[in-house]
Amino acid sequence: MLPFSVFIIFVIIFFIFYKALEDSKLYTPDVNIKKEMPVFNTKEFFSGENVKSSNIFKLDKIYLLNIWSSWCVPCRQEHPFLMNLNLDNKVNIIGLNYKDNFKNAKNFLKELGNPYKEIFIDLDGTIAIEWGAYGVPESFLVYNNEIIKKYIGPLNQELVDEIKLLIK
Amino acid sequence: MKFIKFILFFIILFPLSSVYAEDNDKRNKITKNLRCLICQGQSVYDSDSEFANSLKILVDKKLEEGLSEDQIYKYFKTKYGEWILYDPGLNKNTYILWLLPILIFLIGGAIIYKNFIVKK
Amino acid sequence: MIYSFVGYYSLIIGLIIGLSLFYFSYKNFNNSNILDTKILSFTFLQLFFVVISFICLIFSFVVSDFSNETVFNNSHTTKPLFYKISGTWGNHEGSLLLWLLVLTLFIFLFLVSTKNQSVKYKILTLVFQQIIIIGFFLFLILTSNPFNYIFPIPTEGLGLNPILQDPALAIHPPILYLGYVGSSIIFSSVLAATSLKIISISWASHIKKWVLISWIFLTLGILLGSIWAYYELGWGGFWFWDPVENVSLMPWLALTTLLHCILVLEKKSTLTSWVIILSIATFTLSMCGTFLVRSGILNSVHTFANDPERGLFILVFLFILIFLSILIFFIFHRDNDNKSYNFFWLSKETSILINNWFMMYFLSVVLIGTVYPIFLDVISSQKISVGPPFYHKLMIPFLIPFLLMMAIGPKLRWIKSQLEDKIYLISFLVISILLAFLVLKNFNQNFLINTILISSALYLFFITLRDFFVKKYKNISQNIAHFGFSLLILSILFNNLFASEIITNLKVGETFENSKTKIVFESVVQKKEKNYKAIVANFTISNSNGEEDRLSPELRIYNQPVIATSEAYIKTTLMSDKFIVINLVQNQDFFNVRYQVKPFMLWIWLSVILISIGGIVSFLHRR
Repeated sequence: MLPFSVFIIFVIIFFIFYKALEDSKLYTPDVNIKKEMPVFNTKEFFSGENVKSSNIFKLDKIYLLNIWSSWCVPCRQEHPFLMNLNLDNKVNIIGLNYKDNFKNAKNFLKELGNPYKEIFIDLDGTIAIEWGAYGVPESFLVYNNEIIKKYIGPLNQELVDEIKLLIK
Repeated sequence: MKFIKFILFFIILFPLSSVYAEDNDKRNKITKNLRCLICQGQSVYDSDSEFANSLKILVDKKLEEGLSEDQIYKYFKTKYGEWILYDPGLNKNTYILWLLPILIFLIGGAIIYKNFIVKK
Repeated sequence: MIYSFVGYYSLIIGLIIGLSLFYFSYKNFNNSNILDTKILSFTFLQLFFVVISFICLIFSFVVSDFSNETVFNNSHTTKPLFYKISGTWGNHEGSLLLWLLVLTLFIFLFLVSTKNQSVKYKILTLVFQQIIIIGFFLFLILTSNPFNYIFPIPTEGLGLNPILQDPALAIHPPILYLGYVGSSIIFSSVLAATSLKIISISWASHIKKWVLISWIFLTLGILLGSIWAYYELGWGGFWFWDPVENVSLMPWLALTTLLHCILVLEKKSTLTSWVIILSIATFTLSMCGTFLVRSGILNSVHTFANDPERGLFILVFLFILIFLSILIFFIFHRDNDNKSYNFFWLSKETSILINNWFMMYFLSVVLIGTVYPIFLDVISSQKISVGPPFYHKLMIPFLIPFLLMMAIGPKLRWIKSQLEDKIYLISFLVISILLAFLVLKNFNQNFLINTILISSALYLFFITLRDFFVKKYKNISQNIAHFGFSLLILSILFNNLFASEIITNLKVGETFENSKTKIVFESVVQKKEKNYKAIVANFTISNSNGEEDRLSPELRIYNQPVIATSEAYIKTTLMSDKFIVINLVQNQDFFNVRYQVKPFMLWIWLSVILISIGGIVSFLHRR
């Protein structure tokens, strides 16, 4: 009896390890869970005026919050897709300028265009954390003060199409 | 007697003049229990990545706001899931994790007591 | 080119020799009472070809032969020679070749040095070891060939990860593997001895020296890894309960338990089943560790670039070995020493049993903590992290009785004994508690548990210290090791409790000052080395005692691959380490400065060395 049960235990362990090998090993965060949007206070990018998040995000409208920075290389790749998305005018793209310096960020926008309806400053990166972000770039689709979906890493054509579909 | 002297020598040596206890920061304790999600197996405390640095600042802010340690953990748990906590609390997912070692300890003790030791 | 060719075919020849050894063993096993010289010479040849193969890989690295894929992936012409060589085992393929080298080396040494055992036993040990060796040959050749060609030949390599370009880490893998893989010989010989039913007192003293060798190297290997983590990885930490650290700790715990358990077998010829299980567990845990690290299942600092095929191969191989040992254990082993299970409360046997009991508990904590997240993820796809708080909570309370037992246990005699020197034992306990209280009296956090913990560690410290002066107890190796352990626990505790830290942002020329410490950021200098460029920051730090130190941490940018690292500057003194590290902050002109004073840091390393000296003394003593 004992040999048999020991054998069975190890067979089970084998299959669990086997299964673990097959599964994706990297941590993939849940991207579809609806979450309450955080409430925050910050400064407007160009004017430097204080703003509250509740004054920007209105109910019944769709927003895309995009975390970006001039020093972030993938943001550069992503930028044309944001410009493209902005053409539709169906979604309000809000920028969150992450740990950046004003001059560099302004040059970045001058060079690549400004798709953002409004831009806010996150100097120490804490607002990004409040949103549950991991780094730059990252985008959050917001409706009725709820995060519908988040995109980790740069957006591409495929994801832009997906966003357009979701908006409809 | 010689040995008692030896010990006395140690007692004299021990007041640890060069060593001082800093008030252990609550923040350090909290950030040591948070996983730096973009690093490989490091705590937020040990990491100097952008993510970890921002997180440290946020922990400070939350402490200033008067949140307790548990509230801060709960806050990060809702943001990032259980994965961020290095100290998995006792819940239905972790009963086995916490209790199995203790169970093994008890069973081991019972086996030793029953099989090996002569009772007077 | 030529090196890759020779290296690869040496591997093939080594594999063929391994297969032929089965045939010779089979012939020799039934026919003769003397070991066939062919077996010995073929084992030597196998070792020889693996060495050749290994040397070829080293040469490929030294001459930067980028037609070799392993070299291309892990080296660069601008690397200093030392790191070209250490790059050989700083990657998956090369480190597996090192595994194979240790496997073949140990079986050869085993055959040469084993004198008083039966021929059948030697042959059977060889057969089991060859099963492992052939498994690794196949693994290497089929999934991780270190001699793959690339065409067209690249002109430059990709370089070695900068955090591996470090002296401690260069020698860490070979030392660790001697311990890790060395335990394979314990595994093979215990299977052989079980099959032949010759587990006895003489076998115990024969295998004990192999247990000691593995144990010594494993201890030192873990130490080196920890030292490396201290100044390269962590910001002042030396043990992170990282899965990969755990994976090296588990065989160590099993080996340490085995080491104690074998004493009982050697003296009293009992606990045979337990010795067999532990011997099997030690190597199985090493293999399991390799699986977890190489397959990339775990999220860890050490994870090599991973490939599911490799993981599958080790997994299947690991379980073949496990099922083979289970089979042998249940078929051949008959536990018939029941009548001698008569241990009295106060006896050395009982104290060793209690040691085993606690060690197994610690092992189960580490094992469960390491693999539980994987199991949970597979079964319910919930992701959790198990980190330091888990291990601390489950281990520290159990450490207290463990330390006390370590102090008293060795004083007991075999079979049945009385506690002698009761006055001494009790007065030391009182002194330890008082002392712990004095040390901690200004301390408010977790006062009770820390006092008890320090008391029990101090108790072990004093008792073992005294035993050096008392001639009656002549087991010097045990005493050194236990003394080292008490010192280790004490240093870790003091290190944790009395560490202080300052984190601040400074620009060049600025000064930070609080009541105890003044940090002056003097200047920044540029430096250029062969394999990196660096910014060296010069700090002058003075404390309230008027001591002044000049510390210069660096920010390095390695050229191949281009990775920025920050190098801590550590000033080590007998009583404390001063540790400073700087970091750039994105888009800011100041540096993030982190300064720590870590008392008794050096003593942590010294006490581990002391523990392994205990093992070395015991090893030499037996010859």
